Amino acid sequence: MTYLAKPRLLSELQPRNELGYTRRDYEGAISTLCAGCGHDSVSAAIVQACYELDIQPHRMAKLSGIGCSSKTPDYFLGASHGFNSVHGRMPSVATGAALANRDLIYLGVSGDGDSASIGIGQFAHAMRRGVNMTYIVENNGVYGLTKGQFSATADKGSKSKKGVLNADSPIDLVALALQLGASYVGRSFSGDKEQLIPLIKGALRHHGPAFIDVISPCVTFNNHAGSTKSYDYVREHNEAVNRIEVIMSRHPIEASYAPGSLRRVVQHDGSVLLLRKLGTEYDPTDRIGAMNHLHERHALGEIVTGLLYVDEGAEDMHRNLNTVETPLNQLDDADLCPGSLALDALNASLR
Amino acid sequence: MKRIDTGTPDHLHQVVDCQWACPAHTPVPEYLRLIAAGRFAESYEINWWSNVFPGILGRVCDRPCEPACRRGRVDEEPVAICRMKRVAADLKGDISSRMPKAPVEKNGKRIACVGAGPASLTVARDLALLGYQVTVFDGGESAGGMMRSQIPKFRLPDAVIDEECGYVEALDVDIRLNSWIESLGALNAEGWDAVFVGTGAPRGREAELPGRQEAAANIHIGIDWLSNIAFDHVHSVGKRVIVLGGGNTAMDCCRSARRLGAEDVRVIVRSGFDEMKASPWEKDEALHEGIIIQNCMVPMAFEHDGGTLTGVTFEHVEVQHDAHGKRSLVPTGRMETVPCDEVLIAIGQENTFPWIERDIGLEFDRWDLPVLGEKTLQSTIPNIFFGGDSALGPKNIITAVAQGHDAAISIDLFCKGEDVNNRPPDRITLASQKMGLHEWAYDNEISEEDRQKVPVRSLELALKDVRLELELGFDVKKACAEAERCLNCDMATVFTPQTCIECDSCVDICPTECITFTDDGDEDDLRGRLKVPAPNLEQPLYVAGGLKTGRVMVKDENICLHCGLCSERCPTNAWDMQKVDWLVAHAGAE
Repeated sequence: MTYLAKPRLLSELQPRNELGYTRRDYEGAISTLCAGCGHDSVSAAIVQACYELDIQPHRMAKLSGIGCSSKTPDYFLGASHGFNSVHGRMPSVATGAALANRDLIYLGVSGDGDSASIGIGQFAHAMRRGVNMTYIVENNGVYGLTKGQFSATADKGSKSKKGVLNADSPIDLVALALQLGASYVGRSFSGDKEQLIPLIKGALRHHGPAFIDVISPCVTFNNHAGSTKSYDYVREHNEAVNRIEVIMSRHPIEASYAPGSLRRVVQHDGSVLLLRKLGTEYDPTDRIGAMNHLHERHALGEIVTGLLYVDEGAEDMHRNLNTVETPLNQLDDADLCPGSLALDALNASLR
Repeated sequence: MKRIDTGTPDHLHQVVDCQWACPAHTPVPEYLRLIAAGRFAESYEINWWSNVFPGILGRVCDRPCEPACRRGRVDEEPVAICRMKRVAADLKGDISSRMPKAPVEKNGKRIACVGAGPASLTVARDLALLGYQVTVFDGGESAGGMMRSQIPKFRLPDAVIDEECGYVEALDVDIRLNSWIESLGALNAEGWDAVFVGTGAPRGREAELPGRQEAAANIHIGIDWLSNIAFDHVHSVGKRVIVLGGGNTAMDCCRSARRLGAEDVRVIVRSGFDEMKASPWEKDEALHEGIIIQNCMVPMAFEHDGGTLTGVTFEHVEVQHDAHGKRSLVPTGRMETVPCDEVLIAIGQENTFPWIERDIGLEFDRWDLPVLGEKTLQSTIPNIFFGGDSALGPKNIITAVAQGHDAAISIDLFCKGEDVNNRPPDRITLASQKMGLHEWAYDNEISEEDRQKVPVRSLELALKDVRLELELGFDVKKACAEAERCLNCDMATVFTPQTCIECDSCVDICPTECITFTDDGDEDDLRGRLKVPAPNLEQPLYVAGGLKTGRVMVKDENICLHCGLCSERCPTNAWDMQKVDWLVAHAGAE
């Protein structure tokens, strides 16, 4: 951690995106997390993803709950909308915001405590309702703010910094998300930005509930031998099913891979996900297959990462509820209150 | 790519751009920090050890450090390094107690220096401190050489030259003025242990054009004219003056002419404006004083009316570049006569050694420069050494000082009977600056202030008096603000791959994104795929291997701000900020 603000001096070599912004323009306040925290890498990956997607910062809303992870929206997208909700209640606020204004891009950032313990019910319903949002869980397996007790995602048998073994079964948020109807599900590692950044990009361009579980080591309380969420452990047990590349519809696709090794997924907005298979035969559009693969590999002690599931024909809450397309704040009085004649007509139609 | 070993000095030296660019390798960041700390005398002292004439150089140095300054690559303008030397000199107070004394017991060796300019005085200073008895001969009435005679007083007042030449003289150096040496052979025959020649490049180049002889009364060689002003022999000039040439001497000439009463002063140059040899700031100052600079005009003839100069005829040329980028001036045939009353020729300087006999065994090359050892500056007569403009042709004061240091090392080795090629090594020490989690022994917060402007006298006053110093120098407040702009490039980022856990914290926090962890490759390949591409080949990449994932850490030194944030964010102290103390060897070093 540091008390200094990042200096603003930049060389002319600094790359700029289509909007003329540098990556620095997508940053927020200086992080107060511990030095080496995985969460800061996730923030940097979000910055990079938004920069590469040429997102206008003011068209984005970031929401979070309570916890180390939920502090992080302060550290990226300083020019975006933000809401820091009560513990575990981010999904409800996101749902409400998405209902009120479907034009913004919603990014929820939560942690394993916020989403797998106090907010697990909220998490479940946001997924099953199909809120069009990117839901990132920064998963370190401990409660860092209260000095390192095991969280609900800590693996059974993993060891705390003080040497205590965890006796409880873990909650696998990826498995839950798959079961509950998330239409874009991935897992990644804060120490592997090459995988994480495109995964976030794909999620931000996905139309429907997109969930990414990011294993993000807690350097202070969960980065020792015996932990299953340390930098070393995750690097040793990481089994990526694919590598993803996100291509915007306006860019030509130039990829030369052996036939059959590449899977092309076109999303709702025309963006293309190019999925390069790694080793095993894995079909990312097969939800049940994904769940099976996840459990099989978990039994072998492996951490499955990559884009695990994507539904090309995903739909979201607005379609299910048949809501008005215009954001509520842009509707005028006549639309919002059509008058007694319209009410009479409606009542008549229901008699 | 080959790993960089931070234990090898060259990489660390090169990162300190200003110090690397300074011919005398003055430790710039260190003296700037001392100024910011209000320790002006100490700041002057380290300058004095490196460059002998901080007050003089702080006014008139060619400042190769400033174009090299890292700040210029991440901000609009570099740190005002040169003028900060003047701050140290102006505000140092009484430094007599800090100045070293020459040993009372001399070592019995007698050295003669010819010329009392910056090169000779540097040799004298370095050797006098080691107990040598040094005698400096100069034909002039006061010490300082070209610094005294050629640089106008409105840029460099006599008092500053007197003071700094005085510090050398105070080391029991015998400066014999009004002593013109007429024969090197005779001097060497007097039995000196070594002779140093630092006589500069005293002859101004001539423009042999039609009319030169006839109109000679109104046509002057620039450097001679300048020294006539310096020594009070010239007090006026015609109303319309043309200066031929585009270097710094031309700028001194035109600005002096303005001060002596000329109303229409034109500097007329063969080359284009950007290719002129004068430093950009000198051109700016000339323009500010109402001087007209005309480019791409080649002088063809001096026009006169019965011996009275009436003007100069020029041919206009066009600047063209061939396929290899080589520049040529192509005549257009268009002629123009510019009327004037007086012409100053400032088209270059030449070495001249009429006092060196060509039969005493001292060899000259085809440019009529002495044949010298590259670093030793030893001539073909083993006990005779050269330095400054007289050695390798006209350069500048700071180069003369640097060569003076080199020659002093050679003379010292020679007098001890050692091999002059066996140069003493520079000393380098690295010391961690960490004092706490986010506390450093240096101020790592980076100022976002713009470069401070040096306060000057009003143009009205300045143009009335050719001896009135134009610049007033920074006050304490401005000096501190300027010192804070320094990026502390001598605070090296030292990386220990063995302790790195590859958490990316340094990559994420780096404000200029100069750190990348990636797969190894050769240099060209790596330069292209860093987080921010690294096309500046003059700036090294810092590459470290030995990471657990087999990747390499690559840092582009080009744009590093030395803010230390990588180190503050590192959970395992794999990054450390270490101060590079680079002590350049002087005579007597072991």
